[in-house]
Amino acid sequence: MSQAVGHAPAHHGAHAHDEPGFIRKYVFSTDHKMIGKQFLAVGLAMLAIGGVLALLVRWQLAWPETPVPGFGWVPEPTMYEGIIPPETYNAFFTMHATIMIFFAIMPILVGCFGNFLIPLMIGTRDMAFPLLNMLSFWTMVPASILMLASFFVEGGPASSGWTSYPPLASVAAYSGVTTGQNLWVISLIVVGASSLMGSVNYITTVINMRAPGMTWFRLPLTIWALFITAILLLLSLPVLTAALGMLLFDRMFGTHFFAPGAGGEPLLWQHLFWFFGHPEVYVLILPAMGIASEILPVFARKPIFGYRAMAFSIIGIAFLSWIVWGHHMFQSGMHPALGMSFTLTTMVIGVPSAIKTFNWLGTLWGGSIHFTTPMLYAIGFVSMFVIGGLSGIYMASTPVDIFIHDTYYIVAHIHYVVFGGSALGAFAGIYYWYPKMYGRMMNETLGKIHFWGTIIFMNGVFFPMHILGTGGHMRRIYNPLQYDSLQSMQPINVFITQSALLLGLVQLVFVFNFLWSMFAGKPAPKNPWEANTLEWEAPTPPPHGNFPGPVPTVYRGPYEYSSPLVQEDFLPQARRLEPHVTSGGH
Amino acid sequence: MMSWLPENVSTYGAEIDRLFYFVYYLTGVTFFGVQIALLAFLWMYRARPGRRAVYTHGNTTLEIAWTAIPSVILAGLALAGRTTWADIKSRQPATDFVIEITAKQFNWEVRYPGLDGKLGTEDDVLMDNDFHVPVNKPVRVHLKSRDVIHSFFIPVMRLKQDAVPGRDIPVWFEATKAGKYEVPCAELCGFGHSGMKGYIFVDTPGDYATWAREKKVGPAGVTG
Repeated sequence: MSQAVGHAPAHHGAHAHDEPGFIRKYVFSTDHKMIGKQFLAVGLAMLAIGGVLALLVRWQLAWPETPVPGFGWVPEPTMYEGIIPPETYNAFFTMHATIMIFFAIMPILVGCFGNFLIPLMIGTRDMAFPLLNMLSFWTMVPASILMLASFFVEGGPASSGWTSYPPLASVAAYSGVTTGQNLWVISLIVVGASSLMGSVNYITTVINMRAPGMTWFRLPLTIWALFITAILLLLSLPVLTAALGMLLFDRMFGTHFFAPGAGGEPLLWQHLFWFFGHPEVYVLILPAMGIASEILPVFARKPIFGYRAMAFSIIGIAFLSWIVWGHHMFQSGMHPALGMSFTLTTMVIGVPSAIKTFNWLGTLWGGSIHFTTPMLYAIGFVSMFVIGGLSGIYMASTPVDIFIHDTYYIVAHIHYVVFGGSALGAFAGIYYWYPKMYGRMMNETLGKIHFWGTIIFMNGVFFPMHILGTGGHMRRIYNPLQYDSLQSMQPINVFITQSALLLGLVQLVFVFNFLWSMFAGKPAPKNPWEANTLEWEAPTPPPHGNFPGPVPTVYRGPYEYSSPLVQEDFLPQARRLEPHVTSGGH
Repeated sequence: MMSWLPENVSTYGAEIDRLFYFVYYLTGVTFFGVQIALLAFLWMYRARPGRRAVYTHGNTTLEIAWTAIPSVILAGLALAGRTTWADIKSRQPATDFVIEITAKQFNWEVRYPGLDGKLGTEDDVLMDNDFHVPVNKPVRVHLKSRDVIHSFFIPVMRLKQDAVPGRDIPVWFEATKAGKYEVPCAELCGFGHSGMKGYIFVDTPGDYATWAREKKVGPAGVTG
């Protein structure tokens, strides 16, 4: 159980290590900060791939069966001189969602920010299990390779939707996809293992390794969010893994878990998948909520409004997330009485999110707001998340869901929460912690251009989808022009695609800024944002062991901005005040 | 947004639309309230020299208020839909017009009772995709599937039900206006999912009788 000699956290600061070689430092590192950056690199690369897949889907929807410019080289039967056939189209939206959820958003929000921030923000030298941490990254890599490899096998990659409902997904003859779907299943089993390893590490570290004075209610909300997220993953992933195992066995070893003719039950998959799937979507949003709760106080120069309510609402969301899964299955054929119970719990899970929204507004009220790029993204997160949350209320109502289920109304909702929420939160976090991660400042002007382009074009893409859904436009269809009732809405599809292309284009500004700043950005000071939390006590960038000398001692909560106790408008957690001045906060 | 909702031609469709509009107004008011407050705060509390932010950790009364009020509204909304949901999915009105639709890759196989008036006998009439029903009469459809999960969707009737292989799922509707309406499949069912659709012809009683005679479709009956 003990780690390699030299990694025991209590003894780090005084040791002089031999400088590790390139492989130990950059490839097989056990340092949480390097692992965090590795997750970020892979996550951003997969984000780009997921984005291109979305643009291909959007091209086909706007201009059905026309050649996609620049894709004439793709061989048949995947594409026909740039034209996407229906089989490939189904694969494109399946892989878009799968890659975005498991290989982009989770690695960035949970893998990168969890790893980089937890030890630094709680005031310790590394994770509880550094070797396990390294393994968690190096498990994600083969999983990613398997997923990408599935594009190149005969029969193509998985094409039954990221939700992979049997029997379409369990019987190769129904989809025409053989090896590709098997690789998809195996890849997700492996990536689940990666997340489980990470969860064990995060939970253990937060419970056991907080700095002196860092009580639970002095933890930054980012840490609360990541901690609860880790618990959700720990408990939900085994269910997905079991379901994936059953699916693989049905496909490869002749079992009949989901085959009705032989006594199996297709709906079993849906229950298992969504029992994981609903906590999973809160895995996707909670870290972003934590990041917003972190950034808004810093740039409003004000404590977070309602810290305890914010912490308890994270717990509330997590608890409720286990008892709402049936809302994905209202029309599935499950007993209608279940519709009643799930609609009630689903409506109620909106309450903690509403509480958080009001507390974010309360944080801005009376503030002294500085509109830096991370702040713009945090504000954008709140605004877009509200839209996503409100649209969820429609589908929570079982009768309304009869109409909007499997339409673009759902697609609008999921993208407002996962792009407007998770992705904007991820960008906020990247712009905010980049100086600490890479020792340089990102360019503010380019950051603002990226922000405005992203938020304007994302609304151009996803807002009109509410209209499509209201008009009855089904999802996962290849050619809207095949339907009389959808003809009049086709100009909306064109507008959405045009916005999507512009949205994709503006991301290049971010790519350039991210890479260029790493080498040519202004060197970052230790605490460029004048923030209170412990990561800003460490040097920029932090060395192995994080804090030269002893770990900091914590005297107060993380959001003591504009405190009357000091003249500056910030008061770091680790700053010791003279004894006659009582510490504020918790 | 609601102007894009297709016409409604079913009895319970009107109840669904009522709820849909109710949620629309509720979320609309909330949307404008929150976004306007957000923009107002961003403007009013932008950093200005000499101004320090208000040092406060929150307000318990506000917390209680904005916990209790959304809880009541949202729980109320959940309960508001219960009668409509039960009417549509649980309580199937008694009717003698019963047909069977079996979904398959990639069309609807519709089965009517033949002249003996019983479903499941030799003289049943089979047709693909396009079928007729009389207006102002409850119709029950037994949904089945031959292969994968499909979803039977009649947008103008606000009807949607997954068709699951191994199951027989009854759905019902009562059309209020004659016409020809699309019936797309609404659950990804393979490479032919897009374009999998039929047409339901809602006929006046006279037109229906003519069609039924021509097709040798019997008086609608129960499963034989």
